[in-house]
Amino acid sequence: MPYRPLFARDVFAEMDRLQREMLQAFDISPSIRGLARGGYPAINVGSTPKSIELYTFAPGIDPATLDVQIEKGVLTVAGERKAEPAPEKASVHIDERFSGRFRRVVTLPEDADPGAVEARYRDGVLHISVARKASAQPRRITVQ
Amino acid sequence: MNDTTKVARQAASAPVEAALLPAVDVIEDTGGITLYADLPGVPREKLNLHVEADTLTIEGEIAIPVPEGMEPTHVEVALPRYRRAFTLSKELDAGKVSAELNHGVLKLRIPKAEHAQPRRIQVAVG
Repeated sequence: MPYRPLFARDVFAEMDRLQREMLQAFDISPSIRGLARGGYPAINVGSTPKSIELYTFAPGIDPATLDVQIEKGVLTVAGERKAEPAPEKASVHIDERFSGRFRRVVTLPEDADPGAVEARYRDGVLHISVARKASAQPRRITVQ
Repeated sequence: MNDTTKVARQAASAPVEAALLPAVDVIEDTGGITLYADLPGVPREKLNLHVEADTLTIEGEIAIPVPEGMEPTHVEVALPRYRRAFTLSKELDAGKVSAELNHGVLKLRIPKAEHAQPRRIQVAVG
């Protein structure tokens, strides 16, 4: 087991971390399912007339172990991030990064098409693009 | 006196852009310090590491391709860049920092200078 100091060596870093967590807890409109522990992974959602775009900020993960599922209009992103192995006789001065299992759940809008989903992992961001059903897309009707 | 005003003016003319504070782990062993920082969305070419005097600064800009006309509906990562600075102590060799960026995680290794490596001191019995 690495040695962990009882008090954070850098009090300011600790205060910054607290502030970051407070911001994450209050600055955004909280979802009914809450935020993942330690804010991991953070999710940004955007929409276009043709698709719903989800950006999951999940750095340091083997993309093959990511589990993305859609069931009854609910999208789930789950996985596990393993802690970096600490060498023997090492002391951990700052320990803020999340490790362990995580799961985040997002309700998709009604017109999302679960059959047309694309997921890509790049630079630690999982980008999921869910197309909207063609029937729900705005259409111009020609007047006869 | 002159130097101080210069520094103050410089700081005023270049306002620092707001940035996110990335989560880090710092682990020290006998050979040096290993730092891990979470920088999701930062590609290699947008990562900027610099050491000035004894301050190590990590800066990265998020570059994610976004489809045209996208409206954000829920935002948890609200700024497009990360920044964090650390003060290095003098037994660390800032000239030998090595860095790796993999899947949005930066790994920095800062070795201790030769003279600061642990040495066993022989106790002479006389």
